[in-house]
Amino acid sequence: MTTQTASEFLNATKEGVLTLTLNRPEALNALTGTMLRGLAEAVTKAGRDKSVRVIVIAAAGRAFCAGADLGDVKKRMADKSFEHGDELRKSFNPLILALRRVEKPVVAVVQGTAAGAGASLALACDLKICSTDAKFLNAFSKVGLIPDSGLTWLLPRALGLSLALEHAWLAKPITAETALKFGLVNRVVPAEELPAAVGETLCSLFAVPPLSLALTKRAMNRSLEAPSLEDQMEHEAQLQSFLGKTKDHAEGISSFLEKRSPKFTGE
Amino acid sequence: MNAAASEVLVERDGAVGIATLNRPQALNALSMPLMKALIDALETFDADSSIRVMIVAGSPRAFAAGADINEMKDLADAKAAEAAMAEHLGRWDRIGRLKKPVIAAVSGFALGGGCELAMACDLILASETAVFGQPEILIGVIPGAGGTQRLTKAVGKSLAMDLVLTGRRLTAREALAAGLVARVLAPEVLLDEAKKLAREIAKGSPLAAQAAKAAANAAVDRQLDAGLSRERQLFYTLFDTQDQKEGMRAFAEKRVPKFEGK
Repeated sequence: MTTQTASEFLNATKEGVLTLTLNRPEALNALTGTMLRGLAEAVTKAGRDKSVRVIVIAAAGRAFCAGADLGDVKKRMADKSFEHGDELRKSFNPLILALRRVEKPVVAVVQGTAAGAGASLALACDLKICSTDAKFLNAFSKVGLIPDSGLTWLLPRALGLSLALEHAWLAKPITAETALKFGLVNRVVPAEELPAAVGETLCSLFAVPPLSLALTKRAMNRSLEAPSLEDQMEHEAQLQSFLGKTKDHAEGISSFLEKRSPKFTGE
Repeated sequence: MNAAASEVLVERDGAVGIATLNRPQALNALSMPLMKALIDALETFDADSSIRVMIVAGSPRAFAAGADINEMKDLADAKAAEAAMAEHLGRWDRIGRLKKPVIAAVSGFALGGGCELAMACDLILASETAVFGQPEILIGVIPGAGGTQRLTKAVGKSLAMDLVLTGRRLTAREALAAGLVARVLAPEVLLDEAKKLAREIAKGSPLAAQAAKAAANAAVDRQLDAGLSRERQLFYTLFDTQDQKEGMRAFAEKRVPKFEGK
């Protein structure tokens, strides 16, 4: 087990799980530039690290994340050359892309409010497990901005256009219950049951051959941008040709026929 | 076998000749000895009647990340640069003169000389991880092995200038949209698919394949009327071949033709 404490987020690897914990509870985990860049780097590194099989994004305290640190933003806006777009390109976008691109499952554990870029961060994860008090909020419209960090891409796909626009224009929060109903999140449990629910999900993920996890994510990601069903099915055929030659596929078939539990090696 | 030769792995798979750049520790930087070994390998395939199609491949992380900057960073002036590199860059031009079709299988970086090498081939298959670019401007020079010419012809001047003037990179998907690459494939199957494509081309008449390549090159290099007349001339020439007779007869008899390359 390795634990490294960065000041603003915690980075711990234990038994194949990398847990990145937003750790500014006094500021409702508002995201600073260093935090965002550190998280992106940790996620990308985990993609290459064979000892990491699953990534968990969690948060300390009562809220998941309040979004960008507005105090930090205000201070930096004093600089004439400051532009919001540059901040997004430099700090926010790389983290969202890293979460979508890393070919390992990323599980978000959300309690309390996930606002703005905090909502983006949670929603960019693959699976979301929430406590009943979780809610997603985007109040960009109240300060004359638009949702960013991928929200305008993720939300219409997850919620449909009407709800996504209503949510963004009117800053209407999405409760855990609604989020579950619309498939924005996977599970909602009482706060005290969160650790057990996360544990169960991780356990299930560990039973799946890693290459299946990785390439399923790649194919699903790709489908969101694929030009056609035909094109996407050709992509599936390519990946299936590759996976069909792996040891884990052979093991999966033998164990099924021999009625025993498979032993997957990730090869 | 000298050191440079081992930097290009040569393999024959039926009628397909495969040259794989093998200098992974330098991301396949295209040093002068490596390029010499590569071009020797390709010309050997071109002259070998058992080979019908060639593949140039790199490693998963890099097709080729560029030229070997160490070879040129201390060149004092234009005269010194020309003296040091004229033979090397002249050798590059021989790739374009190969008669048989050459497929570039590009995974990872195809930057600078790597991008130029891919473009010197006849068609590019890219893995989803491929990135293309001509970043020479970032070190104060421009492409010197055909980059400004082939990129401009492949994607048009506007996008070529955007890339060459900034050193910006194109993803595989962008390269597909721009017409720089023919297909984008999962990295895991890139080489298998390149071989499949090569075998498919090899099944056809090699004489027709070479004529098709020569005619397409004329489209890139000549005025339209000259290109059209070259195409027509090549088209007529193929009626001197057994393969044309066999192809058309098999078509009429509804069977699969067997091309002998005669």
